[in-house]
Amino acid sequence: MLTKKIARHGLVLLATVLLGGFLSAVLVRFAPGFDSDENELDPHLSSESIRALREARAKDHNIFIFYAHSIERAAHGDLGTSISLGQPVAGLLRQRLPLTLRLVGLGLVLSWTAALGLALSAAWLRVPAYDAASTLVSGIFLCLPASVLALLSVLWNMPGALAIALIVFPRVYRFTRNLLAKAYALPHITTARCKGLSEIRILFWHVVPIAAPQLLALAGVSASLAVGAAIPVEALCGLAGVGQLAWQAALARDLPLLMNLTILVTLATLIANSSADVAGYLLRGESA
Amino acid sequence: MTSIPGNVWQRVAAVVLFLVIGASVAANWLAPAGYARQYREAADAPPSHEHWLGTDEIGRDRFARVLYGTRISLLLAPAAALLSTLMAAVIGGIPGYLGGNWARCAMAVTNLFLSLPWLFLLIAVRAVLPLNVSPLVSVLVTFLMLGLLGWSNAARVLCTSAENLRSSDFVRQARAAGISPARLFWIHVAPNLKPVLEAQFWISIPVFILTEANLGILGLGVAEPMPSWGSLLKELEGLVSVGEEPWKFVPLVLLVLVVTSFQTLLSQREELSA
Repeated sequence: MLTKKIARHGLVLLATVLLGGFLSAVLVRFAPGFDSDENELDPHLSSESIRALREARAKDHNIFIFYAHSIERAAHGDLGTSISLGQPVAGLLRQRLPLTLRLVGLGLVLSWTAALGLALSAAWLRVPAYDAASTLVSGIFLCLPASVLALLSVLWNMPGALAIALIVFPRVYRFTRNLLAKAYALPHITTARCKGLSEIRILFWHVVPIAAPQLLALAGVSASLAVGAAIPVEALCGLAGVGQLAWQAALARDLPLLMNLTILVTLATLIANSSADVAGYLLRGESA
Repeated sequence: MTSIPGNVWQRVAAVVLFLVIGASVAANWLAPAGYARQYREAADAPPSHEHWLGTDEIGRDRFARVLYGTRISLLLAPAAALLSTLMAAVIGGIPGYLGGNWARCAMAVTNLFLSLPWLFLLIAVRAVLPLNVSPLVSVLVTFLMLGLLGWSNAARVLCTSAENLRSSDFVRQARAAGISPARLFWIHVAPNLKPVLEAQFWISIPVFILTEANLGILGLGVAEPMPSWGSLLKELEGLVSVGEEPWKFVPLVLLVLVVTSFQTLLSQREELSA
């Protein structure tokens, strides 16, 4: 059953990435300026050379052939060349991916630690003022644009990972708090409290089994949120990661680079969501 | 500690929204010189009687720009929300009602859109469109893009709601009584989807306000000289400390107030519908 589930996720992942790649290829193919090449403006080129350039591009007119060529090249490790940076896309990704992974990973750890810590302490303490204060703090962060948080992190010399954590934290906190509040309000947990069970025992024996599948699903979604948050944080904090690369590609209309980034980000978020789903399935047991 | 009743906060939120919307509507009277006029002798000036929030680096009155920017953001975010809700109704609601493969296809397309981080999707699509367009076109492009791409969450909710309605007892009974599919949809299904559509519309407004701000700060939103909250917040980029020029934070305070007010009113709607 587990193998079947993983295989199904794999198929869905492949289909989604192929479809996502195709949609990006459509956007690239039909974007204004696709058919023009600034090399044609070179006065040193003869009319034959210009005709040869146009013929070389003509094969990409059909969107399906264009996409098939892109996939074929990608299968051989050639992701094309960035128009704005003049470097191979694969090399750019290899250079910049480690920083983004570090930022996103650390940001997720920090945001989850803060959100779980606050939500659990609110559920344990059961002091309305504490709950209201933590909800207010998360509410303020929720109302701030991610880019403003990135700018403030520059202003206060905060590390980029902390800015990502502050962007992801309110979303995780709100969901976790509501989930834990619902779980702690269940009759059998009230009974356990009345019988004098310790909070730690109640948490691990009664609350975690109820909340874990949904928390795992949230973990997948939060990974997608963190990847999205990496764009303004890296762009505005001057961090040379994939987020900054995406922003530079957008400003320079570097469409081949954006197409590859779209596929990469789709793949990363789908893997995060599928892993969370499979982990949730394992936790619930195969009978679920 | 005496807690303040929820409805007091909701009244405060309504008053804040009323005042902000009112001020933005009255921008022509409150700042008749307009948002683009340059006072070159007073560039980058601090607040004064002539310029309540000072001027920007090319001498434009910041108060006027905040008012006009608020108008643009608050007029077009609901317009984009309306468009995205309609898109969600078509992409999620109708296939959900039809069920079967239609619903599966709709969910697959929705999942594809949801698998990409929202901001990444926006900048990817924005990059495909020309960047050197007139300010008015940039406003339309920004908010059209928000409306055309921001439907996925709402579509998923609508698809599920429509599927639930489809298999509900009263719809089955109506179908068994021989009602035509079109009449069944318009008389029984659509009115029951209306509250979901309304909720999705209101939820989308603060999301689009924040997204426009993000795009503006990244230089991919509304083009100069047209002001919007995003382009106004871009000024924060050059600040060295918060206390240095606190008046530059006015657009941010305004944005947070408006988004908080929307969230507060939304929570009231949720309480009422619960």
